[in-house]
Amino acid sequence: MNLIMLLYYAISIYLIGMLIWNFSIEKKSINDMFLYLIVIVPFVLRVLRIN
Amino acid sequence: MSREWKIKSILILVFLVVMINAGVQLYNHRHYMEPIVAGPGVTKVAKLSDYCEGLKGTAADTNVFFLEGKEEGGKALLICSTHSNEPAAALTAFIFVENAIIDKGTLIVIPRFNNSGSRTTRAGDGYPLYFEIPTQWGNKKFRMGNRGASPLDQWPDPDVYVHYPEKQLLSYLDIRNTNRTWPGRADGPLMEKVTYAAMQIMREEKVDIAIDLHGAETMFPVTNCIVAPDKSMKIATMASLTVKAKEGFENHVEPSPRNFHGLSHREIGDYSDTMPFLMEAPEPFLDQPTGPKTVDLLLEGKDPFLLSLSKKKMLFVPYDESGWPMEKRVGQHCSVPLEVFRQFSKRNPDRAIEVKNVPHYAEVVENGIGYYYHDPAKADKSQIYYE
Repeated sequence: MNLIMLLYYAISIYLIGMLIWNFSIEKKSINDMFLYLIVIVPFVLRVLRIN
Repeated sequence: MSREWKIKSILILVFLVVMINAGVQLYNHRHYMEPIVAGPGVTKVAKLSDYCEGLKGTAADTNVFFLEGKEEGGKALLICSTHSNEPAAALTAFIFVENAIIDKGTLIVIPRFNNSGSRTTRAGDGYPLYFEIPTQWGNKKFRMGNRGASPLDQWPDPDVYVHYPEKQLLSYLDIRNTNRTWPGRADGPLMEKVTYAAMQIMREEKVDIAIDLHGAETMFPVTNCIVAPDKSMKIATMASLTVKAKEGFENHVEPSPRNFHGLSHREIGDYSDTMPFLMEAPEPFLDQPTGPKTVDLLLEGKDPFLLSLSKKKMLFVPYDESGWPMEKRVGQHCSVPLEVFRQFSKRNPDRAIEVKNVPHYAEVVENGIGYYYHDPAKADKSQIYYE
């Protein structure tokens, strides 16, 4: 795994953190909560090296 | 628990169910191994990493089967699964490895050339993850892969792929496409290492002929054909005419474009002494205007939308209610290389390549593909390899 690939994994982990944070502070919109979770899926699958 | 957290808990549960369900299927697909029974002709099994150190321990490393004849002669390399969503190539490789006997010369077979590509999928297009071929001893299960390598093995893609060494600008996706990364380099991206290793096989083993097996859309003009550069053109033309006359199927010749770089039929010829050929068999599954991408469509090639387009003369191959079954595609991929070997041997008797015990087109169509696969459960364990 080269340096640029490692950086992309780091960016993915950062984005997962941001999405979880936004999900946790969302109080009213169920739509937004749902969208945050959908957007997380590909990042989690990539960081876990599943897809 | 507040109402907000009740809703969040339900959403998290749905998220976990969806992700775990998808994740387990994708994980199992990536790690599924296909047994291949090395036939009586196999004399040695090497790894692609033996020819490029950088592939060792990666998902791009793959088996290289050597079938050496008793008599010395020429050498041929059969490259299969360059694009893993064109599975007729891998099915043909399994037939050659499990059955072929070489009287003269050497045949080298790589069943899963883009091994990484065979372990990923095109989820957005709803590709099936597996398909099965019926045999006399049960169904044999194969992975259905994608055109390019898995991003798990080579990531990220650049904005534009700058081809090495010609510096031509290609689509960003093509950096993971092992039919755009020829001739490759030892210290390049992973897929360039794959093609570099194959070039090293050709250089070190002094391979005379390289054949790259593919599938192509019925709406694409370069289908049902042999693509060849100038140096391979005579043999390709004779093979095309002979299979039409003797075996009754169409397989025209297309010239390899001089200024389109990265393709096997271009760069192998330009960067080695080997004569390259690329063979395309029609694959309705790859066409865009079809119904769902099901296993039936993959194996039978029957689609009502393509049938309608065929009646409007918008396809480049004959197409009727019988579709374009996998047996016809694999049969062509068996017959055309055998004819190329025969034509080459006629012109170069001291470098002849004589292959027997591989079925021709009519036999594969009549008996089915699975008829030629051997049961791994009954085979000697030392003869079983995993792809």
